[in-house]
Amino acid sequence: MKLAASLHDLHKYYDLGSVVVKALRGVSAEFPKGDFVAIMGSSGSGKSTMLNVLGGLDRATHGDYVLGGHNVAQLGDDDLSRIRNQMIGFIFQSYNLIPQYTALENIEVPLHYRPGYPAIGEAERNRCIDLGEMVGLGDRLDHRPYQLSGGQQQRVAIARALVNDPEIILADEPTGNLDSATEEEIMAILDRLNRQGRTIIMVTHEPEVSMRAKRRIHMKDGLIEREDNATAT
Amino acid sequence: MHLSRLIRTIQLALKSLMLHKLRSGLTMLGIVFGVFSVIAMLAIGEGASQQAQDQVLELGAMNIIIRSIKPPEDTGQSGGGNRSRVLSYGLKWTDFHLLDKTIKTKSKAIPVREIVQEARHLHRSLNVRLVGCTPEYMEVNHLELSQGRFLTDEDQQQLTNYAVIAHETAQELYGIEDPVGSSILVGGASYQIIGVTRPRTASAAVGGSLSGQDYNKDVYVPLETLRSRMKDLVIRVSAGSFSAEEFQLNQITLLIKKREDVIPTSDVVRESLLLDPDHVQKKDFAVVVPLELLKQADQLRWIFNIVLGSIAAISLVVGGIGIMNIMLASVTERTREIGIRRALGARQIDIIQQFLMETVVLSGIGGIVGVLLGLSTPYAFLGIQWFVEAFVLEAGSGDSELARIFSDMKPQIAYWSLPVAFGISVFIGIVSGLYPAFAAAKLDPIEALRHE
Ligand SMILES: Nc1ncnc2c1ncn2[C@@H]1O[C@H](COP(=O)(O)OP(=O)(O)OP(=O)(O)O)[C@@H](O)[C@H]1O
Ligand SMILES: [Mg+2]
Repeated sequence: MKLAASLHDLHKYYDLGSVVVKALRGVSAEFPKGDFVAIMGSSGSGKSTMLNVLGGLDRATHGDYVLGGHNVAQLGDDDLSRIRNQMIGFIFQSYNLIPQYTALENIEVPLHYRPGYPAIGEAERNRCIDLGEMVGLGDRLDHRPYQLSGGQQQRVAIARALVNDPEIILADEPTGNLDSATEEEIMAILDRLNRQGRTIIMVTHEPEVSMRAKRRIHMKDGLIEREDNATAT
Repeated sequence: MHLSRLIRTIQLALKSLMLHKLRSGLTMLGIVFGVFSVIAMLAIGEGASQQAQDQVLELGAMNIIIRSIKPPEDTGQSGGGNRSRVLSYGLKWTDFHLLDKTIKTKSKAIPVREIVQEARHLHRSLNVRLVGCTPEYMEVNHLELSQGRFLTDEDQQQLTNYAVIAHETAQELYGIEDPVGSSILVGGASYQIIGVTRPRTASAAVGGSLSGQDYNKDVYVPLETLRSRMKDLVIRVSAGSFSAEEFQLNQITLLIKKREDVIPTSDVVRESLLLDPDHVQKKDFAVVVPLELLKQADQLRWIFNIVLGSIAAISLVVGGIGIMNIMLASVTERTREIGIRRALGARQIDIIQQFLMETVVLSGIGGIVGVLLGLSTPYAFLGIQWFVEAFVLEAGSGDSELARIFSDMKPQIAYWSLPVAFGISVFIGIVSGLYPAFAAAKLDPIEALRHE
């Protein structure tokens, strides 16, 4: 079994001067390739913190993080940027699109920051359009975020996450702002991506959503409380 | 940096700037006016110094001009009421012969005598400047003839009573009549006119020792003739008292052969003349060296340029502060966008480049517009001159000397100032963009993403 990512005794502390907040207090976990994990737990239990470390947005205070065979826990800022650009696709609860850009332009943004800054050619542009169509945005690609519904915006974000063909998709409450019908559509897309072989790690509060995953990690007070891999009925 | 990437960064910057057109435009205006005022100020300075240079060059860079000057009052008049004594001063023929003989670096020494006299023809009269001179006078003073000929060496030797009159003298005394061949009465002596000079712009005063000269009311006669007729005494009667002045020459011009000899020779000239105790006591001559003045004018020009340029540069700095201010606001406003870009793989340097490019584009476009505006300075200035002359001076107030200086001003664009002003504007763009750009790049990606 090949691992996409693994954490070993990971700690993350926030030193606020008067107190030290221990957001992660020794987390170990393994994520095989093609995994689909839901991370659950009460608010403040450290789910987002763990996801941010996994995504290279944040650095652990100590502990190891092995990604694609390399320990990346102590990498510098530029290397983390490269990891975010090439190996990770992010999906956020609040979509995080650039407001002045059209849907298509938003999908293209990760292309601007590829290592070596290659030019964006016809092939890349077509790929962006294909991705837009794949997530069901075909006729909305020239719309700006404020002209799109929440579900449509999240589709743009998913297409954007895929544009550099990353191995791992990280989603922090991707359906947190959506109604159940739209939630269903978004989850269907994630399901499909996972079936195509992509590793998906997703934070969610909703048990129903978590049941779409292959397994669930429950967190509490900065530690992994338990895991289960019961399948949906 | 790859060209395609550079273009992409510029496009990105333009896109962000176009998002707030009014704001970008106003910010740019600061730079536009800064660049414009740098170019305009330097053009005005350049024009003024060009004028000063032209004046000096008109005197002849290879010349040394020695002028008689009236000694200060205290050496001339000691007794309170004694207003009738003869004041004797100035350059003498002996000075001329001394210089003519001893100064080897000169090619020529030209003596001149000038007296203001009344000239008459039939019933018309005019106060003219009667100039006793040699043939070289014409060339040295850039005179041109419209009719007849100028004085020759033979005229000097034979003491002919020939005269060449200036344009205005001819017009005032002869009207439409042809003056050549007729006679003119100056100071009681009659001369026969052999030539008329063309109108010539008056020369401006240079320094304190050489006043401006109006060549248009002149009568030129052979110096030797004048000397034999007038002697050296000039008597003036005015308001009940009369004064008599005795002097022999107004000016001696030395034409120097080599440029590098001009200044050393002028020192020798001063020393030689001061061998005469009369000159030591009366301080009655001045040595004007145009080449020296040229150097002074050059220095003055730099001081001028630096002072005017720095004043204008301050407005550029103010424009830069405007850019910095707007970019700081922009960074705060776009914190979320910065977080998104960072999450998607932008390095810190990418963020720095993005924001720097915005300020560079802003100040670059502002700089180009400023340069174009700056190029119009001479025309804009003509408009201002017209306005001031028509409305401000018309109103009657105003110092006439100031008005003359103003209307004589001719801004001249210093072409080196165009790239310099543009370069400074871009430089200021970069400097004022650095801090906001680094502030943007230093933002923590997670916090930036949470920013509302
Ligand atoms: N930048 C920070 N500075 C200080 N404390 C922080 C910071 N970020 C997170 N924390 C703390 O770390 C703990 C874990 O936060 P985290 O965001 O990971 O929780 P979460 O599980 O994602 O919660 P939620 O379900 O509400 O999103 C919390 O107690 C939080 O207050
Ligand atoms: Mg969270």
